[in-house]
Amino acid sequence: MSENSDTTAKYLHFPKPETLHRLAISENGFVFDPATGNHFTLNETGVCILRLFISGKTLQEIFSILQESYDVETQEMERDLLEFSSMINEFLGA
Amino acid sequence: MNTLNVTVAITGMNAQPDNPGPGLAVARCLRESKDFSGRIIGLGYDALDPGLYLHDICDASYLLPYPSAGDMAFLETLQSIHRKEKIDILIPCLDAELPGMVRLTPRLDELGIRYFLPTQEQLRLRNKDRLMELANIAGIQCPEIKAITHAAFFTHCEDEGWHYPLVVKGLFYGAKIVNSIDEAIHAFHSIASEWGFPVLVQKMVTGVEYNLMALGDGQGGMLGEVMIKKMAVTDKGKAWSGVSIFDESLYEASAALVKAVSWRGPLEVEVMRDQQGQYQLIEINPRFPAWVYLSAGLGRNLPLALLRLILDEPLGKFSPPDPGVMFIRYAHETIVPMREFEELVLSNR
Repeated sequence: MSENSDTTAKYLHFPKPETLHRLAISENGFVFDPATGNHFTLNETGVCILRLFISGKTLQEIFSILQESYDVETQEMERDLLEFSSMINEFLGA
Repeated sequence: MNTLNVTVAITGMNAQPDNPGPGLAVARCLRESKDFSGRIIGLGYDALDPGLYLHDICDASYLLPYPSAGDMAFLETLQSIHRKEKIDILIPCLDAELPGMVRLTPRLDELGIRYFLPTQEQLRLRNKDRLMELANIAGIQCPEIKAITHAAFFTHCEDEGWHYPLVVKGLFYGAKIVNSIDEAIHAFHSIASEWGFPVLVQKMVTGVEYNLMALGDGQGGMLGEVMIKKMAVTDKGKAWSGVSIFDESLYEASAALVKAVSWRGPLEVEVMRDQQGQYQLIEINPRFPAWVYLSAGLGRNLPLALLRLILDEPLGKFSPPDPGVMFIRYAHETIVPMREFEELVLSNR
């Protein structure tokens, strides 16, 4: 993780575990929240990150796993992760 | 369980695409159920109500006088229909006819027509002008509502904390969102001329609308609940598409409302989920909603369950809640020979 990781950790809020665990995720990346009726679609990478959120891994662990899988600069990955978590929270109404 | 072989009269056969009545959907739930083998009598108020001409759903159809014609006019027409059709059960599906039907229950008893209706007091408690009181009893939030009789309220309402946009509503029906004094005064007069006084003003809640329909067993229990999020609405705010959900907090809030008044009969709870994720009670409708066909689609056929309640038959088990099932409404045309239209216009049948 980069020097900015503290900032990332500060602003990155995972949705609540009970919200994440109730999500129905299809193999095509269609995500449905059965309690709110909200739905959205994710690409393969998005599904991978969402599943990491759901698995309860720490931010550090998520970074490590993503860095092994994707050839992306650390800072860029942190930015993307922040943006992704913000978007997921918005979609889920969290 | 027994197949139900009874004659059921159902009102609300209007089906305008932007605001359909629930009657046709109620009839369809029964007609398509393998557990119903009876007759369905469609009752409407207008010769252009399409359900009256759908012979695969209604075995016979009749026109009723509008509720404004009074209880006796309604009763006389119903008696005349009953003589021909031997009605076993009556299911009213429109808000405006409920008070009259409840007043007439002793006469329905005399005729041997069965029903499952709320009491006058239960109906009064769900009136829009008493919604805050009911919400308070049930522990659910509710946007502030005020009954007014003069349009002058709108010229100084902001001084009293009533900021635009506001929702102007009729006591029984009709709602308009208004953004200015001019719009509010226009809506006030329009609603008052159609639905009378008082006119209600409700503080606006922004958010996503969720609905729950169920049966109240009259003893505080809520049966067969089905919840949806509206996915698309008509210009009048009626569901054009929706998806089933299951939310524990909406279930508990609705169950508390049903328990608070020991609601008897079908009901629809309308709530708005605000930006803080809190449910705000918007309305309680004392009847099935027009999207009741979804209940059959989910294995929770509520009109059929209502018949079983009325007939003291065992209800059996409802299928578990099944979030993620959608309905999408559509409009289509039915072909009507002029002589059928003529018969309804001239002889109410």
